[in-house]
Amino acid sequence: VNSSRYSAQKVAFGAISAAAISVVIPLVLVIAYIVAQGIGAMNWEFISSMPRNGMREGGVFPALVGTVWLTIGTALTSLPFGVGAGVYLAEYASDNWFTRTIRLAIINLAGVPSVVYGLFGLGLFVIFLRFGMSIVAGSLTLGIMTLPVIISTTEQALNAVPQSFRVVNASLGGTTWQGVRKVILPQALPGIMTGVILGLERAAGETAPILFTVAAFFLPRLPHSIFDQTMALPYHLFVISTQVPGMPIKIQYGTALVLMVFVLTMNLLATLIRRYYRRRRQW
Amino acid sequence: VRTPTIPKDVNWREFFVEQLIRLAGASSIGFVLLIFLFLIKEGTPAFLEVPLSNLLGQRWYPTFDIYGLAPLVLGSLLVTVGAIGISLPLGVATALFIGEIAPDWVREILKPSIEIIAGIPSVVIGFVGIQVVSPLVREFSGAPTGLTALTGTLLLAYMALPTIISIAEDALDSVPESYRHAAYALSATQWQTIWRVVLPAARPGIVTAVMLGVGRAIGETMTVMMVAGNAARMPLGLDAFLRPVRTMTATIAAEMGEVARGSTHYHVLFVVGLVLFLVTFMINLAAAFTIFRRGRGGGGRFLA
Repeated sequence: VNSSRYSAQKVAFGAISAAAISVVIPLVLVIAYIVAQGIGAMNWEFISSMPRNGMREGGVFPALVGTVWLTIGTALTSLPFGVGAGVYLAEYASDNWFTRTIRLAIINLAGVPSVVYGLFGLGLFVIFLRFGMSIVAGSLTLGIMTLPVIISTTEQALNAVPQSFRVVNASLGGTTWQGVRKVILPQALPGIMTGVILGLERAAGETAPILFTVAAFFLPRLPHSIFDQTMALPYHLFVISTQVPGMPIKIQYGTALVLMVFVLTMNLLATLIRRYYRRRRQW
Repeated sequence: VRTPTIPKDVNWREFFVEQLIRLAGASSIGFVLLIFLFLIKEGTPAFLEVPLSNLLGQRWYPTFDIYGLAPLVLGSLLVTVGAIGISLPLGVATALFIGEIAPDWVREILKPSIEIIAGIPSVVIGFVGIQVVSPLVREFSGAPTGLTALTGTLLLAYMALPTIISIAEDALDSVPESYRHAAYALSATQWQTIWRVVLPAARPGIVTAVMLGVGRAIGETMTVMMVAGNAARMPLGLDAFLRPVRTMTATIAAEMGEVARGSTHYHVLFVVGLVLFLVTFMINLAAAFTIFRRGRGGGGRFLA
């Protein structure tokens, strides 16, 4: 046995492990640091009160509410299109030019920069359709941006359902749609939910698409309707960390922490759903 | 997966639902076209209002109607190339670690962690960049400010990692086991197998990873806007990384909020958006074709 070959392997594996560790350590540090710095600002008042004194005091309530509204709006926009398209690709589409064009379109939607979605939303929803800067305009923009994730995870979840389910449905005289609605979709639901939550997590943290479509710099009240502007957590963090001089650092970290917790809770939820149903499913 | 053929006893409801679902499927095509259409609609007036020589110039100074796009394009290029230069080796190494070396329990920790990295909002990364990374860069480089191209590059590299790792992982995964067995049968060590057999075989997939990583980095907005300093000057010279730089994305994000709708400046910002759209469109098209050639259907994970 040539031992130098193995020492080369040791060196290489050492370097590779070091690289992998160097990817995870910043993540742990970032989360730990934001928690450590932000926890001091955290209390019920910070979560539930309006910003005061040029945002230098008070809480993040309107931004938090705005982000919740936008997340709901994004879900309402992207779910019907996204799940529908996923069902089409997995259960109906045959391999032809139409299907390939759809796949290319999805790949390109996934690659469009978020700020370009912002421009698009401004041009179409805010100006052309006269929604103005509003929750509708922002939700539609974020919803279209989230489509690719939802479509691809829906398709994957449906593809994971064994073919025998479809065969049995057909042998019992069920139509395609009956099979999809009563057998395939229920089986794939946990997978779809996981994907949807991860997609919404992304949308909830986005800033660039909402810059010109909905986000308000400072609006110390809650939105009255879906045609109202609103504050949103990501944009609020951007504003207080770059645009407002003399901003107390504690409030900046506190806001970052609220946003992180919001996003990571969704991530955790998705992971839990996946774990739970993977253990329970029969196939 | 195709549903086995069913006798075509189609009632109106079945037909209606199928058309709706087909429509949802086609909607993605519609949205891509709409995005393109509206960028063109709002962008083209710029070509009438601003001479081409102005747009191709080396200075971006909208206050004086000087709209040279070169510094912005080069700024995007600089941070993107820098970011991929860092995240490619790191990402492929991490994918190798996950796919070939790590024990199961480590993999169970790593994979969700990388998913979390992908989920951290870019504005949070930008915030951490301002508070932590930028002071470090200033200290180590001796530059007058920590808000430099280097700072943006480092953070962008981190944000491109999840994309690169997950696609590289797919690529390594798709290398047939028999290749590895053949190498071991020739008494190659595990590392020799990886270096001489697995990596070369996975190269097309890794090229895809690079392309999508580039697409991701070039389109990233908030982080670079917050930490890269935003000086719209030509990033030339050896110390370009240690100076502030401004990307196309940051320019749109920073200026669109303040321009009058329908003004020349407004139209030019849409041109910048159009350039971004076309660049990422071509990158993704190229990536898609390498993926289709490998016969991997929808390209599953690489979208997520």
